Amino acid sequence: MRVIGRSIPKIDSYAKVTGAAKYADDMVLPRMAYGRILRSPHPHASIRRLDVSRARVYPGVLDVITGADLPHTYGIMPTTQDETPFAIDRVRYVGEPVAAVCAVDEETAEEALALIDVEYERLPSIASIEEALAHPENQLHDEVGRGNVMKEVHLEFGKVDEGFAEADLVREDTYFFEGTTHAPMEEHACVADCHADGKVTLWTSTQTPHYVHREVAKVLGIPLSRLRVITPPVGGGFGGKCEPFAHDFAASLFALRHGRPVKFTLSREEVFYCHRGRHPVKMILKTGVKRDGTITAVHLQTILDGGAYASYGLATVYYTGALLTVTYKIPRYKFDGMRLYTNKPACGPKRGHGSTQPRYAFECQLDRIAEQLDLDPAEYRHRIAIEPYSETVNGLRVTTCGLRECVDSVVEASGWKERRHRMPEGRGLGIAISSYVTGAGKAIYWNDMPHSGVIVTIDRGGGVAVLCGSSDIGQGSDTMLAAVVAEELGIEPLDIQVYTGDTALTPVDLGSYSSRVTFMAGNAAQQAARKLRALLFEAASQALDVPPESLEAADRWIVSADDPARRIGFVEAAQRAEAAHGTLSAVGSYKPPRLGGAFKGAGVGISPAYSYTAAVAEVVVDPETYDLKVERLWVAHDCGRALNPTLVEGQIEGSAYMGFGEAVLEEQVFRKGLHKIPSLLEYKLPTIYDTPEITAMPVETYDREGPYGAKEAGEGPLNPVIPAIANAVYAAIHARVDSTPITPDKIQRALRETRRATAILTQSGRERAARAGR
Amino acid sequence: MAKELMTFHVNGETRIVAASPTHTLLEVLREELELTGTKHGCELGHCGACTVLVNGEPVLACLMLAVEAQDVAITTVEGLARDNTLHPLQQAFAERGAAQCGYCTPGFLMSGAALLARDTHPGLDDIKAALAGNLCRCTGYTKIIEAVELAAERMREAESHVAGA
Repeated sequence: MRVIGRSIPKIDSYAKVTGAAKYADDMVLPRMAYGRILRSPHPHASIRRLDVSRARVYPGVLDVITGADLPHTYGIMPTTQDETPFAIDRVRYVGEPVAAVCAVDEETAEEALALIDVEYERLPSIASIEEALAHPENQLHDEVGRGNVMKEVHLEFGKVDEGFAEADLVREDTYFFEGTTHAPMEEHACVADCHADGKVTLWTSTQTPHYVHREVAKVLGIPLSRLRVITPPVGGGFGGKCEPFAHDFAASLFALRHGRPVKFTLSREEVFYCHRGRHPVKMILKTGVKRDGTITAVHLQTILDGGAYASYGLATVYYTGALLTVTYKIPRYKFDGMRLYTNKPACGPKRGHGSTQPRYAFECQLDRIAEQLDLDPAEYRHRIAIEPYSETVNGLRVTTCGLRECVDSVVEASGWKERRHRMPEGRGLGIAISSYVTGAGKAIYWNDMPHSGVIVTIDRGGGVAVLCGSSDIGQGSDTMLAAVVAEELGIEPLDIQVYTGDTALTPVDLGSYSSRVTFMAGNAAQQAARKLRALLFEAASQALDVPPESLEAADRWIVSADDPARRIGFVEAAQRAEAAHGTLSAVGSYKPPRLGGAFKGAGVGISPAYSYTAAVAEVVVDPETYDLKVERLWVAHDCGRALNPTLVEGQIEGSAYMGFGEAVLEEQVFRKGLHKIPSLLEYKLPTIYDTPEITAMPVETYDREGPYGAKEAGEGPLNPVIPAIANAVYAAIHARVDSTPITPDKIQRALRETRRATAILTQSGRERAARAGR
Repeated sequence: MAKELMTFHVNGETRIVAASPTHTLLEVLREELELTGTKHGCELGHCGACTVLVNGEPVLACLMLAVEAQDVAITTVEGLARDNTLHPLQQAFAERGAAQCGYCTPGFLMSGAALLARDTHPGLDDIKAALAGNLCRCTGYTKIIEAVELAAERMREAESHVAGA
């Protein structure tokens, strides 16, 4: 391997470090107009009157649209399409789009928003899981069967009651994971343009150009062939840019109507309203174990606070149950999940989609179990870890699994064994593990087509182009494509032009979500490149009079492995192959194998491979202020194979940072339906001072089905960090905080309660002793 | 508000543009001077994405009115490389994977370049202090710190080379 396994700089890094990379808001086109969006000030209200006539005649205004202009419902999941781009008759959260203005400049558009007259009639609103359950009469969506239950799931694999009956210890604990948001540094932005032929081009900051293409064309009522969606460089996504937003529809409609480019750039406050972030989840978790810790049964109940619309929520609710089984041997498993509508911005997928919250609960509960059974939490996890090449009780196929190696790595690096019991009061080490999908096994919409396609072409000058519908959101997927093709063709990544995320030019890739691109697009790229390599070898074989099997491609030569003196240049081989076969181009595609059980919901959680992670956290709690400082994180991650070690480390570090933020600082919280902190100052993203020292350790297991053995690295490493911190806090102060984020006030409360409980126990112990002595 | 003529000294060039007196330096850089390398993440002074250098000192372009920036030397990320040769910090960011999505990168580069211009021996605390006003959501700051350290090392080598020559 010459390119694979090497830490080559990202191919887009030179554009990014010079300011040359053009993000959506950096685009300027001749005659460009600008759009702004009017949003609801109420969490729940009927729109009694909506009059845009004053705004329409304001000087400089080109057009105004409302819900009536785009009446078709959409939604990322085909069976839960409950949204329209702009509210029709009713608003369901503060920040919901109500109307949009298109004007000659942004200030004029903003001024015109103030001239739109809306008369609202307030409706009772639902603010939380408890309110949604207590007040089914205050329904958000009339078409939903009962109350505010968007989706219920009930699954049982084996008889858990029997498992609990044979257990020596059964624990039931309740946990709450607070909602958090992605907060990518780039605010959402798009530009749409349309010529007189009625063909629309939409440049938009999205992780999923293919899904945006489908939904925008549908709502606009134009054929997919007349809409082209292009992703410019995306300034971060983390799951928050995985579906179309009101500005995408509005820009496209304005462009279509007026035949000129229209740009929308959201403010930071608006990004908080777009949300689609981590669901707040209440979890009731019951686990039975034998005396040695062997798990006999698990019953998980999750209740998700979904916000006002479905988004990816149908998948999320299944995901809160599906992946709990992939890390340990669990013989019986029951899952009850429920997603509720509330009057808040819709929740959706955030890094670790739906698996983050129950993983936190499970790993914290296992810590309690380990303590009760007097087991070392690291050794305990090591012992009950799932075996490679096995199947989970809910029918998930596990292939490579480096979980034990990951545990060993973090135990070793953190000095777990030597240091754990020698820490002063207030300092603690905690451990947790997790697993994540390497790409969802099913597309969002049911179909039999590939999940990823790649075209590779070679021009007669030896230039190579790679075309793929994937969207590089910073993780380096364009670089991965260049590295794979360079490896196969024996050239350098810089010889390659990568064109991605353009629905008119590039074959479909489903997008940058579920950690799927390296595995799926990587396999497709390898397949396409190998087809071309075969043509080059055939041409070289004739020229050199050696068998094609003996040839290798390296350093821009096609060379005989037996006799390195016999070689021809890459360009010459390409010209000979073109002469023999015509213009050189090949396609590759990837579709996951058929996986999973035969039950409803079996499509969520399946994946061609699972990544594994272990994390140790070291924390210090201030005895006076209860301030929590996470000093260090050690994260070992089974990524299959690190195609680019520096980029894999970067994904582990970024995931660990984001998990740390959710564990300690971040919360998306509301007061009377109003977002309390829609700014980057008050929504506490970790700064360079807050962020702990992170030690990232890639672990390699060489997955048979992954390209060169690779699995994922972009999401999985986030999950264990949160419970590792929670468990470290317990080790430090001997009190448990069972909700996120772990803030000083919660630590103070937990300590008080624990001290009170200890006092009562000591008191009753004294009384018992006194009685016994009598 | 009516635009008026303003004179800026940006990246060593003098440019005269018509801009609104209510506009910030960020808006004028991006919209009038077409220097879109400077980014915005909040326009409230929270994120540091719009950091530029004013007379060599890091300044948040979203909090400075353009009219106030006329008699000063402004450096943006476009002015960091010389004749298509990268500043050592830009090179280090590329090599160490310190730019993931790249959106916060120009701001970090400007804060980091200001630090390295006054100190090529920064300790970890100095680096953190210099970059504490810049938010990154991708990297966990690890690779960014490594890149600043790498650039500092190379700049020290270059200095000793020059001194020894």
